[in-house]
Amino acid sequence: MAETVQFDLVSPERLLASVAAHEVSIPGAEGDLTAMADHAPLITTLRPGILRVSGPSGEKEYVVTGGFAEISGKSVSVLAEQAVAREDMTRETYKAMVDAATDKLAHAQEKFVNEPGPVDELAKLLADMVAVGDHIGLSAN
Amino acid sequence: MPSLKDLKNRIGSVKSTRKITKAMQMVAAAKLRRAQDAAEQARPYTERFNAVMSKLAASVGDAANAPRLLAGTGEDKVHLLVVMTAERGLCGGFNANIAKLAKTHAAELLAKGKTVKILTVGKKGRDAIKRDLGQYFVGHVDLSEVKRLGYADAQGIATEVLKRFDGGEFDVAKIFFSRFENVVSQVPTIQQVIPFDVSEAGEVDTDSFYDYEPDEQAILADLLPRGVATAIFAALLENGASEQGARMSAMDNATRNAGEMIDKLTIEYNRSRQAVITNELIEIISGAEAL
Repeated sequence: MAETVQFDLVSPERLLASVAAHEVSIPGAEGDLTAMADHAPLITTLRPGILRVSGPSGEKEYVVTGGFAEISGKSVSVLAEQAVAREDMTRETYKAMVDAATDKLAHAQEKFVNEPGPVDELAKLLADMVAVGDHIGLSAN
Repeated sequence: MPSLKDLKNRIGSVKSTRKITKAMQMVAAAKLRRAQDAAEQARPYTERFNAVMSKLAASVGDAANAPRLLAGTGEDKVHLLVVMTAERGLCGGFNANIAKLAKTHAAELLAKGKTVKILTVGKKGRDAIKRDLGQYFVGHVDLSEVKRLGYADAQGIATEVLKRFDGGEFDVAKIFFSRFENVVSQVPTIQQVIPFDVSEAGEVDTDSFYDYEPDEQAILADLLPRGVATAIFAALLENGASEQGARMSAMDNATRNAGEMIDKLTIEYNRSRQAVITNELIEIISGAEAL
C-alpha cells in the first residue's frame, strides 16, 4: 500500500474532502468499484450508496445520492449531487433524502403512466436509498 | 427661511437616515463575506464539472445523434432569457444594470426577427423590465423566501427551464446575471446554458482516453441537465455576492451623503440661531435708546 491517489469529494455547495487515499470504493451506476493508484481512466455515474475512502489518514465513509466520478491514474474526483459524511448522517437528513426520492417517484408515476422507463429508474433510486439506510442502520420509518 | 425648529427636525431625520444606511452597510458587508465564501466553495465543483463536460463533449460532440442539450435543436429562432436579479432594492445600480443588459440583448434579438421569451428570477428585475418587455414574460421564479441559497434552488430553476426545453418552447437559453469582480465592480454578464457552450468549458485535455460507464451517451444525458443546474447555481452565487457588494457601496455612499447633509444643515441652523440672537439684541438696544 505504498502508492496513493489524490481523492476529492465535491458537492455543488462545497469541497467536502481532499485527501490522499490508497483506495476509494465508489457506488457506480453499473456496480460498485474500487479505484486504486494507476486505475485506468474512467468516468462513471453514481447511484445512491456509500463511498468509502481509505488512506494514510484512516478510513472514512460518505453517503452520496448520485452524481459522477472521474478516475484517472493519479486522482479520483467524485462530484456528488449531495454528500454527507457518515457520522453526520442523522435520521432527519436521511428521511429528507428518502422523502424526496419517494416524492419524485410518485410524481413520475402520475406523469408517465404508460412509460415504464422513468418510473423504474426512480423506483430503483428509491430502492438504493433504502438499501443505504439499512446499511448504515437507519430506516426510513 | 425655515424656522429653527424645522431645521432641527430635519437634522434629526437625516441623522436617523444615516444610522439606517450605516446599519445596512454593515449588514451587507457581513452578508457579502458569507456570499463570497459560498461562491468560493462552489468553485471546485463547477471547475471539475466543466472539465469533465468538455472531455465528454469532445468525444461525443460531432456525433449526429448527440443529445439536443449539447447540439441544440438545430434552429436559432426562439431565445429564452433567464434574467436573474435580486429580490430587494437599495443596492445601487445592481438590478438596473442587469435589466439594461437584458433589454438591449432582447432588442437586438427582436431586431433580428427572433422570438424572445423571458423567465425572471427575482422580483426587482421583473419590475424593471416589465414595462418594455412585459409581453414576453413566460414565468417567474420567486426566491424571496430563500434565506440561504442552496443547490436545490438552482435545481428548481433548471427543472423549470428544462421542462420548457423538452416541451419545445425555445431553442437557445441564456442566463443574465452579474459577475462579482470585487466590491466596487460587478459586471452584468450573459451566459449561454442551452445548448451547452463547449468553448466556455476551457481547455480539453486530449492525452488520456477515458472509459465510460455506462456509455458516453448515457453519461452525457445524465450530465447535461446537471450542467444547466450547475451553471445556474454558479450564477446565483455570483449574483448574491454582487448584490451585497453593490448594496455595500451604495449604502456607503448614502451614509457619506447623509453626513455631508447634516454638516450643511448644522451650519444653516447655527447661522439662523445667530441671526435670531442678533435680531433680539437690536430690538433691546433700539428699545433702550428710544427711552
